[in-house]
Amino acid sequence: MPKIKMPKANPSLDMTPMVDLAFLLVTFFMLTASVRVSEPVVVDTPSSTSDKILPDNVLLVSIDKAGKPFFNISNPQVRIATLEKMGEQHKIQFTDEEKKRFGAMTSIGVPINKLKEYINLDDSQRQRVVSPGVPHDSLDNQLGEWIQFGRIEAAKQAKGEKDKAEAAGREFKYEPMRFAIKADGAANYIAVKEIIKVFTDKDIYRFNLITNLEQPE
Amino acid sequence: MAEVNTGDGGGGHGKHDKKRAKKLSTRIDMTPMVDLAFLLLTFFVMTSTFNKAKTMEINFPAEPEENEKRDKINNALTFILSKDNTVYYYYGEFYTAGNNDGAPPTELTKTDFSKDGLHKLLLDKNKSTVEEINKLSEQLKTRAIADTTYKRLAIKAKGDKTALTVLIKADDKAIYKNIIDLIDELIICQVGKYVVVDMMPAEFELVTAAGSKL
Repeated sequence: MPKIKMPKANPSLDMTPMVDLAFLLVTFFMLTASVRVSEPVVVDTPSSTSDKILPDNVLLVSIDKAGKPFFNISNPQVRIATLEKMGEQHKIQFTDEEKKRFGAMTSIGVPINKLKEYINLDDSQRQRVVSPGVPHDSLDNQLGEWIQFGRIEAAKQAKGEKDKAEAAGREFKYEPMRFAIKADGAANYIAVKEIIKVFTDKDIYRFNLITNLEQPE
Repeated sequence: MAEVNTGDGGGGHGKHDKKRAKKLSTRIDMTPMVDLAFLLLTFFVMTSTFNKAKTMEINFPAEPEENEKRDKINNALTFILSKDNTVYYYYGEFYTAGNNDGAPPTELTKTDFSKDGLHKLLLDKNKSTVEEINKLSEQLKTRAIADTTYKRLAIKAKGDKTALTVLIKADDKAIYKNIIDLIDELIICQVGKYVVVDMMPAEFELVTAAGSKL
């Protein structure tokens, strides 16, 4: 029987360009991307046409749909220093390990007396904890304390860095800490106003409201 | 798949009894490396946040001092936000019924966030500033003025005495999104002077009455 002889194709192909490309992309993403860390709160921010980019050095208060505030500071050293001050204020000792873990965490939404427990949970457990929000009423204004200490520590940190830069003869670019509010679009305005009141009581009047970018018509 | 190259012509010797170094293949199996590369690529694509958050800068007023004299605001437009995305507004000063100035009591007008509502109203009320800014940007386009001059003049035009001043107030049923939408609209309509303030009790009564009428 005559057989149709198929040309024996070589199944291999040169993958070098593909590998080159893949590694190029890997390198690009590794260098450009900041890792997304899971937040304890889902905030669906409203959109606006503003295209200003959020500065790096911020003190962020997130407000969820129910109006619960969550506190965060972007700079890890300032976070840890603030935690120490809060610990002193409320007579809670944090170990070095706990401080280190806190420095790497994201927003917190638990009162200070629950914080130790919260820090010591592992990531998967922490996800399941329902945070009650940082207390901010007039009797127990922990959010106000966090903001106050955070502000002081950020200034101290900047001062330290400035001195270091001056000692080394480098130029120091001072970037003041900004106060950002990231509130859910569906949050009641009164709840947001209460949080803003906490800030204005501390003589902070300028805010960055975080929004999504929307294309103007 | 990449080939596993064993190197051909392995049994070529024999005729000439010359010992020849075996020709080594320069190819290696790259499959595992490619697998790894793509795995990493996928991981970084998934975990990275590409967009930085956008923000809107806003100043809130300090608490007024006791007995602080308040200046009369000219050309003021007050918006009151309420439930279900409704917006009420009135123009000028607020007058209660039976006030000393003898002005008719303030009435609220209802509008919404649509293009024909808020946008049109603002453009209309802020006509002089919008025209001024349009004129400036026209000049900028034809290179009559530099962009720094444009910026300075635009800020001046927005802060002008005749420019519109907007007061934003919200009742307890308004949501945060409304505030942002309104501020956004103000920025689009070139309103430079706006402030978020608390409501007066008389205004609250009016809004409640207007809301319950529906």
